Amino acid sequence: MDYVFQFGAVWQDFDKLLLGAWLTVRLSAITMVLGLAVGILGAVGKGSRSRLLRGLVEGYVEAIRNTPFLVQLLFVYLGLPAAGLKLSPEQAALLAMVVNLGAYATEIVRAGIEAVPRGQVEAGRALGLGPYQIFRLVVLMPALRVVFPALASQFILVMLASSVVSVISAEELTAVADTIVARNFRSFEFYLVVTGIYLVLTLAFQSVFALIERRLFGRWAGHT
Amino acid sequence: MIRDFTLGEVWFLVLALRWTLLLTAVAFVGGGVVGLGVAVARISADRLPRGIAIAYIKLFQGTPLLMQLYLVYFGATFLGLEANAWVAAALALTLYTSAFLGEIWRGCIQAIPRGQWDAGRALALGPVAQLRLVILPQALRIAIPPTVGFLVQVLKGTSLASIIGFTELTRAAQIVNNATFRPFIVYAIVAALYFACCWPLSRLSWRLEPRLDRAPANRRPPWNTAGSAAVG
Repeated sequence: MDYVFQFGAVWQDFDKLLLGAWLTVRLSAITMVLGLAVGILGAVGKGSRSRLLRGLVEGYVEAIRNTPFLVQLLFVYLGLPAAGLKLSPEQAALLAMVVNLGAYATEIVRAGIEAVPRGQVEAGRALGLGPYQIFRLVVLMPALRVVFPALASQFILVMLASSVVSVISAEELTAVADTIVARNFRSFEFYLVVTGIYLVLTLAFQSVFALIERRLFGRWAGHT
Repeated sequence: MIRDFTLGEVWFLVLALRWTLLLTAVAFVGGGVVGLGVAVARISADRLPRGIAIAYIKLFQGTPLLMQLYLVYFGATFLGLEANAWVAAALALTLYTSAFLGEIWRGCIQAIPRGQWDAGRALALGPVAQLRLVILPQALRIAIPPTVGFLVQVLKGTSLASIIGFTELTRAAQIVNNATFRPFIVYAIVAALYFACCWPLSRLSWRLEPRLDRAPANRRPPWNTAGSAAVG
């Protein structure tokens, strides 16, 4: 073992890594918000009376859940331009991530909605709430409260999967490391530190989610 | 020169699928063996193995699979070994799989009521025999659906091996695309091939899952032998 570690090179470029990590955070955060929105729409669509709509949502969810994210990403970035939709690496990355998360979120939110007892909807109606109010206050919020832990771990998974978008050179954390490593060949040191940064990001997101759960759903405790 | 996209290219992609499946099998079997160890260490009464198992699981669940692949691949060089994409992919995916399966199986083992351990001890079985003869056979039943479900994740995860240069299905797609410049059709076919492998597994996992409407009789509490009809 005559390998000499040179972590000095890593500290030299640490600010660049942090900049990349910041894009990872932004990309992931936007994906979480949009992906959850897609998931709520998908869950509503899956419970619709229209067979066509149900079939479409089902097809979307199954197609995404049974193919690798990398292939979805390459299809969006390389395949869609051939069909006339040209995207920058960042746009392609965001689109692929949202489409991916949306499918998983659909299943998760759907499970939550199914867990809401029917009687609650009737109780809402008896209180004179309108259909939208019933959906938002009586169905959606308690449903999200029940499935929030599952959503949170799916959010973490999508943040970790974002490292894959480095292959289309969207300049997030992994891509930044790739670029620097191509210049100085300190691959092991850089990827070790980058792995550490991802671990910190995971823990940070987890504590943010715990906070959100307490703040947002604390007052809903006892409603289900 | 641009090649035409013909049946020959499609066949090339289909053949590349065997490397995806082989890598999946190796990672799954390897990960299963290591994962059992992780699960057992995770439920150990001893603090040290339990702590190590928790850290191991947190590490692999809290970092990207791509970084794990890179670290194994580039780490080989500093150990003085030649970096080999096949070995690195198999090793990294094995470690990744073991952490997830270890955590899944821990849940299954802990879902077995404590009384089962006590019953084993009452029969003068040692701790290992209690686990092997009493707990694991019962845990196995509830472990099968999530394990099959995770197999889908492993299969999809093998696509990342293409990034370190292992020629499986996704890498084959890249090769075909570079020669034919038909990304839409190439990636559509590749997605369809992955789907053809993953979807049956997903369905199987879903079908094996015990649901509330058809819970097996032995999972009902013992005082409820007559089912819900006894109520009222």
